Amino acid sequence: MTAPANTAALAEVQDLPEAEAAKAVKDSRPLRLITCGSVDDGKSTLIGRLLWDTKAVKEDQAAALSRDSGKQNDLGLPDFALLLDGLQAEREQGITIDVAYRYFSTDRRSFIVADTPGHEQYTRNMATGASTADLAVLLVDARAGLLEQTRRHATIASLMGIKQFVLAVNKFDLVSYDKSVFDRISHEFKELALSLGVRQITAIPMSALKGENVVYGASTIMPWYDGPTLVQALELATIRTATAGGFRLPVQRVSRPGESFRGYQGTVAGGSIKPGDSVAILPSGMVANVKQIVTFDLVRNAAVAGDAITLVLDRQVDVSRGDMIASLDGQPMTGLGFDAQLVALQPGGIEPGKRYWLKAGSRRQRVVVQPVSQLELSSGKWKPHAETLAMNAIGKVRLSFDELAVFDTYEQNRATGAFILIDPDTNNTVAGGMVTAKRSDLGGIHREGERVLLSLPADLAEELMASEAFAARRDDVDIRRISGQRSNEIFETPD
Amino acid sequence: MRGSRQAAEQPIDHSKTHSRTNRQESRDHMHKHTSEFDPHLKDPVTKPPLDPHLKALENEAIHIFREVAAEFENPVMLYSIGKDSSVLLHLARKAFYPGRVPFPLLHIDTGWKFPEMIAFRDEMAERFDLDLVVHTNPRGQEEGIGPFSHGSAYHTDVMKTEALRQALDAGKYDAAFGGARRDEEASRAKERIYSFRTPDHKWDPRNQRPELWNIYNGNIRRGESVRAFPLSNWTEVDIWRYIQAENIPLPPLYYAKNRRFVERDGMLMWAEDPRFQPLPGEQIQEGMLRFRTLGCWPLTGGIRSTATTLDEVIAELEIATVSERQGRAIDRDQAGSMEKKKREGYF
Repeated sequence: MTAPANTAALAEVQDLPEAEAAKAVKDSRPLRLITCGSVDDGKSTLIGRLLWDTKAVKEDQAAALSRDSGKQNDLGLPDFALLLDGLQAEREQGITIDVAYRYFSTDRRSFIVADTPGHEQYTRNMATGASTADLAVLLVDARAGLLEQTRRHATIASLMGIKQFVLAVNKFDLVSYDKSVFDRISHEFKELALSLGVRQITAIPMSALKGENVVYGASTIMPWYDGPTLVQALELATIRTATAGGFRLPVQRVSRPGESFRGYQGTVAGGSIKPGDSVAILPSGMVANVKQIVTFDLVRNAAVAGDAITLVLDRQVDVSRGDMIASLDGQPMTGLGFDAQLVALQPGGIEPGKRYWLKAGSRRQRVVVQPVSQLELSSGKWKPHAETLAMNAIGKVRLSFDELAVFDTYEQNRATGAFILIDPDTNNTVAGGMVTAKRSDLGGIHREGERVLLSLPADLAEELMASEAFAARRDDVDIRRISGQRSNEIFETPD
Repeated sequence: MRGSRQAAEQPIDHSKTHSRTNRQESRDHMHKHTSEFDPHLKDPVTKPPLDPHLKALENEAIHIFREVAAEFENPVMLYSIGKDSSVLLHLARKAFYPGRVPFPLLHIDTGWKFPEMIAFRDEMAERFDLDLVVHTNPRGQEEGIGPFSHGSAYHTDVMKTEALRQALDAGKYDAAFGGARRDEEASRAKERIYSFRTPDHKWDPRNQRPELWNIYNGNIRRGESVRAFPLSNWTEVDIWRYIQAENIPLPPLYYAKNRRFVERDGMLMWAEDPRFQPLPGEQIQEGMLRFRTLGCWPLTGGIRSTATTLDEVIAELEIATVSERQGRAIDRDQAGSMEKKKREGYF
């Protein structure tokens, strides 16, 4: 047993997790979660505690830990932060500079934790960790309550598509387990989360240091709290799957082991498929039917999102790496222009008009990026911004392709709506992005000498007029305030 | 390139084994034993489907294998014969089925591996129709470098790290699959799935490329390379459970057998090799012993065990409280020892 005697003693007076029963086969795929918090909220202690109490720390690792730290905390436990800060640079600087992945499991489920840095300058790393996460654990110090950094993290997490939040109100022992403190902080947080469109919210009062409400309950100390422990909340969390919606198979590789066999290999990125289904090959638009779904183990009669398969079609069609095989009904968007949101990940930022490589699924193509606006994290508002998006900036951009691109919106399908940008000069990954819409044809019709008549709600017009792009060409613009009825008349009159 | 197992005794000549035309020809051949694709030729499937947890890990690994094989010109798989390599090989076979594994396996032979490892390696290559490349550092061989005469650190540096660099350079490989897992050791927790290496095989932990979703950036310049880790998100327990579920063959060293050994510096050292010399006062013992990891026998501690089947090994594992690297002398030198070795090019 790795749990030291004093944890066992604590367990006697506290609730044991229900999952102490029989060993069961894990009945779901691993829950991926991200933990975020400000510098001193005790995040490393929390994760250390999770690993320790779920017995993911082995004896020799614990021994190395106490040898390295040479000190123990006042509970006789090793310094958990040292368990986590794997890189020497971090030990020296005492901070966590990169996303680290941790693994633990209970009898019900296994977990992959993306442990991300709290420092503001490492926002990009948080976005990285959030990209694969189903759930975010946001940590606050009970004494300090929500900080601006909490808002930033919650905003980034929701932007990256995370729909479930757990608020860990930590160091609760230091506010004398005061229920009113918990009520105030959790109320404030729920308002924040709802404003971001996140509805699945669990707030938990805890002391990671003492192990209260992390793995083990603390009902004797906080009798007024009847919610789950952190681990219980994680066990109950849902995993998002893209099984609803149309079938998507980004083709990674064409397998031709002999003249008689031609299969398209990839991981199903959405929906499901069975032999006989009609599919379109995008972007070409050719149509075929599925003949066979081949895997090493057996020829299958169906495949769903997440399955790595080899698909055989019933006719010779031109399919190569980077193409997408999609259900004939409910195809993704195909076009030359898309709107997207992205996070700038590198010191050079994202430059307007520069040609980047864009990689989405298995497809890599050239793209020009035009910033439109930037998210002000402190207020949560989008401000017009047509210049370079600096590192850590979150921007709305327009993507313009030379060749047809294929996307779903990120909201509909995380796998087929996400992309990265690669700088052709450095080969580095410079942005992570999410497609929000296919751009209307309007963007493509601008020709010299032509005019475009827009009819907008007055407030949107005001916002547009406040932009720098607008101000710079104010003299080229005619503005007239008209009624909605008059607008309809103009737009319904044929040219 | 096939049958290059004989090259074990001498440095390999990659100019012969790796001409592009040869590679292309061998790349997509069917498995030897299935002349034409016909699933009914296979044994009927009797094993139950994988549980969703292992299935998700398997799917992810297959995705990574296919992505690297498609994106890079000349990938190779590092094959160390251990349980993680065995899982890696199994996943590679699955990923490219019904085709062959479309890249060679590279084994760095330090000359100090257990003979049972070498026999197992050759058997796997034969059974699964694999292209196997074996490399031993010719300089180290000439100078007679070994862990007893030169110390474990220097031995590892020359016979493993330097040898690996030689083999990767000679093969002009631009991607190398490895079986490393993030749960193994602290510095690995932050390693990417595509881990970038400079032309001299250095890893810069402070300057890693961000890796979002399952979209991997394979853009590199000539001379640069990527180490790809399909097992990144697996834990030791996952590896064992997968071996059990998929019935993956393992070297017999993982199972307890009556072996001769000595106890040295808290480690149970195998004592059946002719090069083994007992230290003054050391008693050669005999008993049931197995190994949790495989490597050079003087650096790999055994554990006392009666587990002679996979189920018994797993049963032992579930109550084991000591992490698997504990048997390895290499990690214990100093804090951050693995990170230091990795920066120098150790896998």
